[in-house]
Formats: sequence, structure tokens, C-alpha cells
Amino acid sequence: MSSDRYSFLSVLREALRGQTGWKPAWRKADPQESYDVVIVGGGGHGLATAYYLARRYGIRRVAVVEKSWLGNGNIGRNTTIVRSNYLLAGNVPFYECSMKLWEGLEQDINYNAMVSQRGVLNLFHNDGQRNAYTRRGNAMRLHGVDAQLLDAAAVRRKLPFLDFDNARFPIQGGLLQQRGGTVRHDAVAWGYARAADRLGVDIIENCEVTGMRITDGRVEGVETTRGFIGAKKVGLACAGNSSRVAALAGLRLPIESHVLQAFVTEGLKPFIDCVVTFGAGHFYISQSDKGGLVFGGDIDGYNSYAQRGNMPVVEDVCEGGMALMPRIGRVRMLRQWGGLMDMSMDGSPIIDRTPVDQLYLNAGWCYGGFKATPASGLCFAHLLARDEPHPVATAYRLDRFARGAVIDEKGMGAQPNLH
Amino acid sequence: MNDLSTSPMSRTGHAGKTQPMRLARGNGINGDTTIRFTFDGRVLEAHPGDTLASALLANGVRLVGRSFKYHRPRGILSAGPEEPNALVELRDGARREPNSRATVTEVFDGLAATSQNRWPGLKHDLLGANSLLAPVFSAGFYYKTFMWPASFWEKVYEPIIRRAAGLGRAADDADPDSYEKATAFCDVLVVGSGPAGLAAARAAAGTGARVILCEQDSLTGGRLRAEQTVLDGRPGWEWAQETEQYLRAQPEVRIMTRTCVFGRYDGGCYGALERVADHVAVPQAGQPRQRLWRIVAGQCILATGGIERPIVFPDNDRPGIMLAGAVRAYVNRFGVVPGHQAVIYANNDDGLRTAVDLHDAGASIAAIIDSRLPSSTAAQVTARRVGAPLFAGGAIVKTSGHTGLKAVQVRDSAGQTHRLACDLLAVSGGWNPDIALATHHRMHPVYDEVLNAFVVSSVPAGLHIAGFAAGSLTTDAALAQGDALGRTAAQAAGFDAAIGPAPALPRAGQEEGYAIAPLWHALDRGAAKQAGRAFIDFQNDVTAKDVSLAAREGFWAVEHLKRYTTLGMATDQGKTANVNALAMMAWERGRTIAQTGTTIVRPPVQPCAIGALAGTHRGRHFKPHRLPPTHDWAVETGCVLTSNGIWQRAQWYPRPGETSWQETVNREVRSVRSSVGFCDVTTLGKIDIQGIDAATLLERVYVNAWRKLPVGRARYGLMLREDGFAFDDGTTARLGENHYVMTTTTANAGAVMRHLEFCHQCLWPELDVQFISVTDAWAQIAVAGPRSRDVLREIIDDSFDLSNEAFGYMGAAHVRLRGGVAGRLFRLSFSGELAYEIAVPARYGDALARLLMRVGAPYGITPYGTEALGVMRIEKGHPAGPELNGQTTAHDLGMGRMLSGRKDFIGRVMAQRAALSDAARPTLVGLKPVNAGDALVAGAHLLPRGAPASAASDQGWISSSAWSPTVESWIGLGFLCHGAQRHGEIIAVHNPLAGTVTEARVVPPVFVDPEGSRLHA
Amino acid sequence: MRIHCPYCGTRGVEEFTYLGDATVRRPDPDAPEAAWVDYVYLRDNPAGPHPEYWYHAAGCHGWLVVVRDTRTHEIFSVRTASGGAEA
Repeated sequence: MSSDRYSFLSVLREALRGQTGWKPAWRKADPQESYDVVIVGGGGHGLATAYYLARRYGIRRVAVVEKSWLGNGNIGRNTTIVRSNYLLAGNVPFYECSMKLWEGLEQDINYNAMVSQRGVLNLFHNDGQRNAYTRRGNAMRLHGVDAQLLDAAAVRRKLPFLDFDNARFPIQGGLLQQRGGTVRHDAVAWGYARAADRLGVDIIENCEVTGMRITDGRVEGVETTRGFIGAKKVGLACAGNSSRVAALAGLRLPIESHVLQAFVTEGLKPFIDCVVTFGAGHFYISQSDKGGLVFGGDIDGYNSYAQRGNMPVVEDVCEGGMALMPRIGRVRMLRQWGGLMDMSMDGSPIIDRTPVDQLYLNAGWCYGGFKATPASGLCFAHLLARDEPHPVATAYRLDRFARGAVIDEKGMGAQPNLH
Repeated sequence: MNDLSTSPMSRTGHAGKTQPMRLARGNGINGDTTIRFTFDGRVLEAHPGDTLASALLANGVRLVGRSFKYHRPRGILSAGPEEPNALVELRDGARREPNSRATVTEVFDGLAATSQNRWPGLKHDLLGANSLLAPVFSAGFYYKTFMWPASFWEKVYEPIIRRAAGLGRAADDADPDSYEKATAFCDVLVVGSGPAGLAAARAAAGTGARVILCEQDSLTGGRLRAEQTVLDGRPGWEWAQETEQYLRAQPEVRIMTRTCVFGRYDGGCYGALERVADHVAVPQAGQPRQRLWRIVAGQCILATGGIERPIVFPDNDRPGIMLAGAVRAYVNRFGVVPGHQAVIYANNDDGLRTAVDLHDAGASIAAIIDSRLPSSTAAQVTARRVGAPLFAGGAIVKTSGHTGLKAVQVRDSAGQTHRLACDLLAVSGGWNPDIALATHHRMHPVYDEVLNAFVVSSVPAGLHIAGFAAGSLTTDAALAQGDALGRTAAQAAGFDAAIGPAPALPRAGQEEGYAIAPLWHALDRGAAKQAGRAFIDFQNDVTAKDVSLAAREGFWAVEHLKRYTTLGMATDQGKTANVNALAMMAWERGRTIAQTGTTIVRPPVQPCAIGALAGTHRGRHFKPHRLPPTHDWAVETGCVLTSNGIWQRAQWYPRPGETSWQETVNREVRSVRSSVGFCDVTTLGKIDIQGIDAATLLERVYVNAWRKLPVGRARYGLMLREDGFAFDDGTTARLGENHYVMTTTTANAGAVMRHLEFCHQCLWPELDVQFISVTDAWAQIAVAGPRSRDVLREIIDDSFDLSNEAFGYMGAAHVRLRGGVAGRLFRLSFSGELAYEIAVPARYGDALARLLMRVGAPYGITPYGTEALGVMRIEKGHPAGPELNGQTTAHDLGMGRMLSGRKDFIGRVMAQRAALSDAARPTLVGLKPVNAGDALVAGAHLLPRGAPASAASDQGWISSSAWSPTVESWIGLGFLCHGAQRHGEIIAVHNPLAGTVTEARVVPPVFVDPEGSRLHA
Repeated sequence: MRIHCPYCGTRGVEEFTYLGDATVRRPDPDAPEAAWVDYVYLRDNPAGPHPEYWYHAAGCHGWLVVVRDTRTHEIFSVRTASGGAEA
């Protein structure tokens, strides 16, 4: 008897027989001739899309094609933070939808992704920032999202070791979303892959899309390194490389690819309980369940597909870290890595049809794609199944740039590296 | 054999019983001096030159740490930075350094080291019980459970997991030590100072190239210190020492020991960390603890040697089981014999040398287990030389000894098992070239079937690999390759490789066989499955069975294997584990290693302290302070300072008796409105623009018209981004025919400058116009209030006519102050009063403030800060940062009609899109509470009265608010849908964060003097 | 990463500010709105050589066109945007 349903009992049973009964988390599928939907990109968003297509929309002849190993993109290179603390009406309902999906994810997909609602605290250091966070927190509350404004004393109670007294930019307070937190990133990919696989989805790794077959303005399938795969609909979910893949269909996108670095320290006994973002520098941090401090900062700021960054940003991030919590000076950075960001022209994502018939786009996640994974999958599945935007993703249209209906949370305009 | 290894060495006399495992000599130890350190509170002795690991071994301490997951007792595996087991906390309190590798920690007198991740003690650790649950705690078990009920994760499961998480403890308080950064340039960077590195540095230096040689260790020489290698008849380490001295004497060579090159970045940039004062108790005054080097190198030679692999066999993790090469390092360099009764287990000839070195050091060799069948001649010779039985084709199937190795069980080639008592097992599974730096650019190494290791197949430009890192197996080959590549690199850097006679290369001459035969698990597959736990990643307790499980569950890809099992994720980043694991996965799946994958690593090569990467940028020095010219004077008055970006500005100027900032600010505002006040506005960006096309450029960057602005006048201008949204605003004055001075907001001073340069250099290079930022050149002070003209009359030279007729609102002029200082005068007003901005060269700013105080005294002149400035600009409805937030359009700001239809300007076309001037967009309005005492809170949202508190009813927000002492009410600016049409309406102000709902009346966004009569007075 | 500024010599990337694709051209004032949308929002975003604008903020204030490989960060050429010096 194999143990396919994960449970405490199945874990115990397997413990007694040397863990020999587990089945592969997902089949190593070979491509079939054609599918109802082919999703390009075996990352979090693509896998979630496949799962919700099969689970909620009953479309099971679905393939996810991935050029490398499953989860090789940003699903496995992020800093694991989930939150829905957005300002603009185009964003808040979407990210809150995602947060609610996170809250029920593990029971839904029978995989423990360790959704940990430890809180996300955005610090502010002057009146202007406080006002901006007040506006944001109130927007969240009006949307039914939890938010609290903490004063400096409350922040001090929560994180007594921050630099309150000698700081260049003293901490005035913070906006806390207690329901925000972290999720074990790889597990999200594996969990969705496994759940989609059990519903019949083919997950095809080491299968790079090399071309699109388009006839009379309508996509008919994808050319891959493993041959042509026919599809009634093709969905692109390959953020980081969206421009390259869209170019195969002759499309230019309002996107630049940028590198974002992230860092983890050696494992330490836990002392940082929530996610903290510094308001006077590019630095945010949390501590994983293994004890490593996971932190990051700003993007390097230039177009890149190299999945690695440079020293100035490493130093800038660590400077922020030391300014905020000088206690970590002797803590050692263990590993740095870079992920490719689809930096869109307004800092917000795109989930929409494209000018090519039956070709759909899920792109432009900037550095905020991880938290969006479940809602992105759901909304993209909805779009693929129904050919209309999901109600919480109606703002994420491709033509919003031409129309001027941009969703610019930071107010930086059409310059991707400033978002 | 050379003279160093003659006869068993006698134990040192002076260390006495306190260092029972100490030998008479080690080439890196100063045995004449004895120092003391503590481990878990126990006082022990050591010698200068010891690492914590060698000192513990010298004192017979074998149990040093506990593993992460199962809390298995662990000792010292290696003698270098690859150490996975011997992690300790160093020092205490604010200087506590968790997870410090004993193998690279230099002992100093007074060092305090403590074991970590154990409770209550190292020897008796209750969490060792985790080991009993090992059948459950397989790789990734946590993904399969702890899901029910959902709320239990945060409440129950995760707190338990987090209680057990982590290794050591971070320091309790802010790091008291300092760090610094430095940049160095060289033609050739050599990483590693073993035979290849020294030869390379010598050869490169001989050409005249600037050479930097970095060695992570405290001593140069690399394996020459760890081995008994003889060069030209003398100990190899002596040659290393001489070569180091020779190099130090060369004018263009810098040798940096204790310096780890941790990362390779773009454009020949390397990151290196120098441990300046980690080998002393506390840095000297003014000395940094560590120094971050950014090394810019034309060429780089990696001579990083190799890292030895352990062998995977059941219970291979006990204290006393060590890497063979490390054992030789302890014997030869540190003068420590890590055991009395040793067993050697290897799949190659190199590992067998350990038997000789140990034997010569006085240890007895219980057995040599050679996994190869037949075993090599070298093995047979060695076994005879040390008088030990040789188990050709043997395997270790079990070990015993809970907190220290007591015996191993060997299965011979005939299948018979033998129990061998021993306290030391030296293992060698072969060596991996250390090519970490070469893979930082994501270059994939290839598997070499002869070397049984990954090597670099093609070297990127500017990078060279020498010595064992490149697969050179003998000392002679390493020397020759280092020498050749040193020249090649220098030549590539533009130097003549022919010049520069260096001393002749020495020769080892002896055969150093390797003859490795792959051995990825001591047992065959069937037996391995039945046997006990065989560890691959020691620190994270990843076993061969975990790899099997990963294979079974489809986590084949190397990255899946790592992420699923946590292999290679520990503090050692899998330096001793990754290749064994990869091979195990290949073995599980019946594939070759090459088919299975490859491993690349990410920076840093060794963990780096965050403090070092931050350098001096912490505390008050996180960012520079930029001070306006009146700063010293303002501080003297007792003003309260605030940060405005990186500027420090006066926020308000309290007077004795005032009990709140509000009282002070009210007074400052009233003084300006009733008499006169002044405020340093130097922080506004000032850009000097000159050239015959200056007006053309202004026309193109501002939305409004500029051509007809006369000399001597200023004008308000609004700039858009090319996407049509508002970018910045300010006034620009025409000081001459082709001379303008532009002011920008404080926040956007740099961005506007960049933008102007972009427009000129990239869009319209044909324009004859030049810009220079003069923000710091001019001290600019606003003098505002009905008596401002009277005050200025005391300051400006009589020859200048200040009358309203001669110098009206928006006038701009060169003026001379009484006494002769040349300045500029602008009749601008942010406060809405009769006001001026007077600019003088920055060096006169302080004097000007003092002068204003003196001459203004009769009028009760009042300095005011940013707070009063903000109140008055809200009273006048001037947009500032909260309104110009990058999300608003000219239409939103009520400036839609400023957009000229008669010229091209940045943002013109995109601003015309319907969405940017949609009537439903929230537009700028004024707000006054219905109850004057109700505070208006910036960030509150505006909803129709009676509408439910929900986003669907959200129609806008308050961007700025203040108590207005002029209006005697709270006032606010905000953005409201159809705002311009709703003046007079009462709306609800929702602040759910504070739990309040109040009411406010929508009014025009000007609260004081809407006609502007005061401006023109 | 280091950029060879034609005026200042080779300097660290931290001295420069990035803008993006240098191949896009600001349309004529009379060009149709679609051309402006293209200019403002759409990018080729290639994986490979990429001509791009960099501003030497901590140096000469020159705008440079740097041709750089986005896959490797290798820099092939640098020239001033106004069409003057070439490094």
C-alpha cells in the first residue's frame, strides 16, 4: 500500500517501514500530443494555475511545461513573505484573495507549506511616512483587511533590540499586518505540483518552449525542446522571462527583467518573530523556522537575466540591516542569490488576454510575485477557463498602460527599476 | 622521508599533562609560549598558532558540538573552513559569535568558547532524543503533517519547531566593534598561497605586475604546512616561508593573510574579508574588527586547492572520525596527534599518507582499510612501513562510541567482519577541487571521471585556475602550473612575461600518487538500505536514506535534492557533502554522476559578518547628514531638528515657557502672518541654467509657457514625467537674457537635475544650454510677513528699490547687501504673505540669519521651522510631497489648465489621455471639520456621509492636515472624486486605524487670503 | 560591475544611475498616441547585448550609452549619449 494522502498517520506508518511507501510527489510526465491548456512555466504561478484549472474549473487536460526543474524560478528564490498590505484599489482585493487562499492552502492541497502568520511590520521614521502608512492602513481596513498602526512604544515592545536611540532615522512607529507572514517557498511549488498531478495535470520538466505556432492570429500550440505540443489555449506564467517568451509570439511587453538579490544567514536561535521592513533604507528581514535570517533590499537596478547581482547592493542592504538592528553585526551572511524580476512599467502585474487569440499572459510580478501565487493561479485559471478576468483581477489588464489606468503603488512612473 | 619526521616525536614537556596529545613540534606552532583559553568553562592550554580545533585536540577534547536535527554528538572533522561539525559560540554578550568554526578560529590568550545547540549540556543533551525519532524525522516529513487543525501551525507546531531551531545565539546587544571598507586595485589577484598560488604570485610579480595574494589562513603555504612535502631537500613549508618573504620584498606585491576572497562579481571585482582582529580578544583602539575589501583585478588566478570528501558509511559521524588530510594537518602543522590508536580508511593513495605521518608521530595504526581491490602498491608499502594490517577491498560497516569513537567494524573483502578498537578514524573519499569562486558566475563544472570530481571545463575570461583546484595532482605540477599561469595572467594584463628573473622553482621530485577509485557508499545498495544511518551532510543530518527517499519521491534534480533534504544548506554550504550526495543520487537512480547534475555555489565562499559588509554605515552614520548653512545658528537657538531626506532642518524654535510643539508652531505662524518671520529654504534644489537655448529647454520640461518671461521675473512651473503624471514643481527665475535659476522640491533636487541632463544630452543635444546644481552654493532664506519689506530695507543696499511698484510679486533680481555682499532676491511666497527669498553665497548664510535676527528685532522677527512652513502652505493650498506623490496628475492638482496646447513638452501626449483627467479622479480639495476641534488626520479616507465603511464607498483621502492658528480650526488638503464640484458638501472622514469617523466640509483648497492680496502688498 | 566613463575613466557601478533601454526614440510631437505608448511603456528587454542609458551621477553628470550583455553583465562599449566621446 502506498501512502499518497499525507497525514500524521501516513507519516507514522512510513516511519515503521523505512519510508518505502511514498509515491513520487509528481509524475515525470512526457508531453502528449495536445492539451486543452498548456501553461508555460513550472513555477509557483504556473503550477497554481494548473491546480485551480483542474480543481475549480474542471479543466484537467492541462500541461505545465518547464524549461528546467520545477520551481527553478522565483518560487524558490524569494524571501518567503506573504502579505496583503497594499494601498490601491486595483491591488488590495487581489492580494487579500491571495491571503485567504494562503490561509486555507495546506488543507486544500494536502501539503504543509508552513504558512506562518507571524505579522509583517512596516516601520516609519517621519510624519510623511506615517501619513502614507495611515492612508494605506485605512485603505486596507476599508477593504476588510487587517491593519494596525503601532507607535514607537508598541514597536519597542515587539522588537526591543531595534536601534531606537542612536539611529540616524529614529523609528516613529509601524504599520502591522498581523495576518501577513512567511510561507516555505519550495513547498508551495511542490504542494501545488503534487495536487495538480493528482488531478491529472501533466508536469513536464526539462522542456523549453522554443516557439509558438500561431495561425491566423490564433495560437495552436508551443514548439518545445521535446517537440510540438498542441493546445487550445496557451498561458504564459514565466515571470522573469516573460519578454523572451512573449517575443516568440511577436509581442513586446511593458516589462524589463531585473535582478533582485536576497540573503540568508547561518542558523540562529530565533529572536526575530515577525517580518520587519526598514523605512529609511532598503532592508527587510524575517527569521525562518530553521533559524536563518532571511533578508533583502532593493533590486540591483539594471536589466539582467544573470540571476546574480553585485556588491554595492549587498553592502547597501547590510548597511540597512546594521542601521536597523545593530545586534546582527556578528551574524554571518551565509548565502546570497539573485532572482529575475519581471519589473513592469507601473510596478503591478498583468493577467490578461494578449493580442494573439487564445494566448494569455500572467506577468509583471516585480518582486511581489510570491505572495500572489495562489490568487495569481486562481485568477489566471479563471481567465483561461472563462475568458474574462476574475473579479479581483480586473485592474490587471494589458491595455491599462496605453489607457493610462496604471496601478502605481509607489508613484514612480514608467521606470521599472524605481518600483 | 625528511628530517622532520624522524622517529616518533616526544610529547612536549612544558605543556605537561594539560596537552596530552601535543607533539614536540608543529611547523605552525610556537611551542615556547603557552596561552590559556576556556571551552564550556574549562580552562585549557594552547600555543600561539593553534586553532581552537587543534588546541581542543591537543587537550584530548573530542566532543565539540551537536548536530542540527538529531543533536548527534560531533567532534572535529576537518582542519579548515569546510568544517560542518565543530561549531561553537565565541566570546559573550554583545561580542558573541555563534556558529564559529573551531577549525579556523585562532586561539588567543583568554579566548572563551562555548558549545551550542545543546541542553542542558554538551555531553548530556536532552534533544539527543530526536535521534530516537529519526524514523519519523525523515527528509521533508514536516511537509506531510502538522496540518490539522489549521490554526495549530502558529499556535502549537511552529512554536515547538522554533524552540528547537537554529544553532548558536546571536549577540545580545549592538555589536561594539567597528568595521571598515577598503578598495584595492591590482593586475593579478592570486587566491590561495599553497605551492600553486605562491608560484603564480612570484611569476606574475616578476613581470612588474601589481599582485595581490590573498590567503584565508593566518599562514601562507597551504598544504605545504599540512604535509611532509620536501622541496629541494628541505621542508616545503620553509620554501613557502622564504617565498612569502621574497614576495613581501617586491615593490608591487601585497600579501594579505587572514583574508578570504568570498565572491567574484562583475567586471573583475572581487569581495574579500580580512579578519583584522579576530585573533585577539578585543581590537585595539581605532582598529576595525574586520575589513571588507573590494578588489578590482585585471586577472585572477584561483589556487584554492581542494576539499577532502568524507566516506559515507553507517555511523560515520562520531567524534574521532576525521578527514585524513586534516589529521595530517594537525600532526604536521599544529603538532597534535588526534588519537593514539588510528584506523585509516581511504579510496586513494593520498589518504594513506596519513598512516605514515601518524605513525611517525607516535600513534599506532590499528589498520589500513583500502576500499580498492586490488589495493595499490603504495598501500602495501605503507602498511608494511607502519606495521598495520591492510584490508584491501575492505569497508567499515559500523562504528561505536557514543561521545567519541571507540571501535570500528571492518568487513574484509571476503565478507568477514572484524572489530578494531581505535580512537581515531582518518577517512578520505578523495578530494574535490575547490572551484567555488569559478562557479559564482553560474558557470557549470563538469565531472572528471579520472579525478572523480568536478572540475572547471572552460575558464571565463580573466580567470585562471592553478594547482589542485585545476586538477594538478602533484606538488611539482602545481608549482609549474602556478608559475606558468602567473606569467600568462600578467601577460594578459599587459605585462611582458619574458622579463623578471625569479628564483628557480623548487622540485619535490617524489611521486605523489593519488590513484583514486570511486567510493560513494561503503556498502552495496542492498546492504546500505539495511544498515544504520550514514551521514552525508553532517551538520543538517542528511543521510544516505534521505537521498534514497528524495529519489523515491522524485526530487532527483540536484536543486530539488538540496531543497527537499536541506542538504548543503547548513553553515558549511555542503562543502564536504554535495558531491557525495550527488553521487548517491546517481547511484540510487542508476545514472552516471554527469547525467545526474552538477553543483554550483553562490557567494560568499565563507560566511561573512553582516557588520563587515555594512562597514561604518550604522547608527548616526547610516547616511550622511546634510546641513543647511544656518544650522549652527539654529542649533544655538535651541531649535528642534528633523530629518528631511538626508537634510537636517529646524522643525520649530521653542521659546522658554512654551509647553508644547503646537504652541510653538502656532506662535511662529501667527508671527509670520502678523509681522515677519524667516526660514532657511536652502534645501530646495537650485539649478543654474545658462545658454541661448535655456528658454527652449524650460519650455520643453515645464507644462507652461516660458518664452515670454521677462528678465527679472520668476514663474511657477509644473513638470510632468513622460507618462503624463506630475513630477515636480517650483519656481524658475530669469536672471539674465540667457540665465535662469530653477528651484525644485527638496526631495526631487537630484532627480530633476538628472532629468534636465537627460533631456539635454539624450533628447536634444543640439540645444545650447548648460546646467549646474547650485543648491549648496547659495544660502537661501525666506523672509515672510507683512513687515518683511521693512526688514529687508535694513539689509539690502539702498540703491535697490524694494517698493511694490519697482519689485513686485514674482520679481527676481541681483542685489547687493549692505556691506557689499552680492546676493539674489526673489519675491516669492510659499506662506501667502508678502515675502521674499534672499540668496547669498552659502558662507554668508549663518551671518545672514544672525543679521536678520538683529535688524528684525524691532518687528519681532521670528525664525520658523518646517512645521510652521507646512502649516502655512496648507493654509494656502500649495501642493507638496504628499500631493506630488507621483500618482497625481495636473488635473488632480487643479492645474489642468496650465498645460500648454501650443508647444511640445515632456509628458504632453500621455497627459492628454482620458484616464489622466477623468472627472471621477480624486482632485485636490480643502477640508474643514464640521466641529472645529475634530482633528483631521492625514491618511484618513473620505466617504459620503452615511455610507458604509467599505472600500466601495471610498472616494478619497486626506493628504495633508494641520491645526491652523489663522483659521482657528483643523484644516486639510485631500483628494476627492469630483472634488471641484463638491465644495460645501459635508463628507465623512474615516480613520478605521484609530476607530474614528468625523465629518468635514469640502472647501476650496485655499484657506487664507484666497484673493492673494497679501502676496501683492 | 565597472563602467568606463569616457570622461572620468573606469568607475564602480555605484557611481552611476540606470535608466534603461537606449534604443527607444522619443516620437515626433505629432506622432500618433500609439507611438508614444510604445516609447513610454514597451521594451524589447532582450537577453543579450542591450544598449542602455547610464548617468554618471557621482562623476561628470554625463549620460552614457552602455552596450552590456544582460546575461553576463559583460560591457562591450560605452559612448556619451550626446554623441561625443567614445570610451
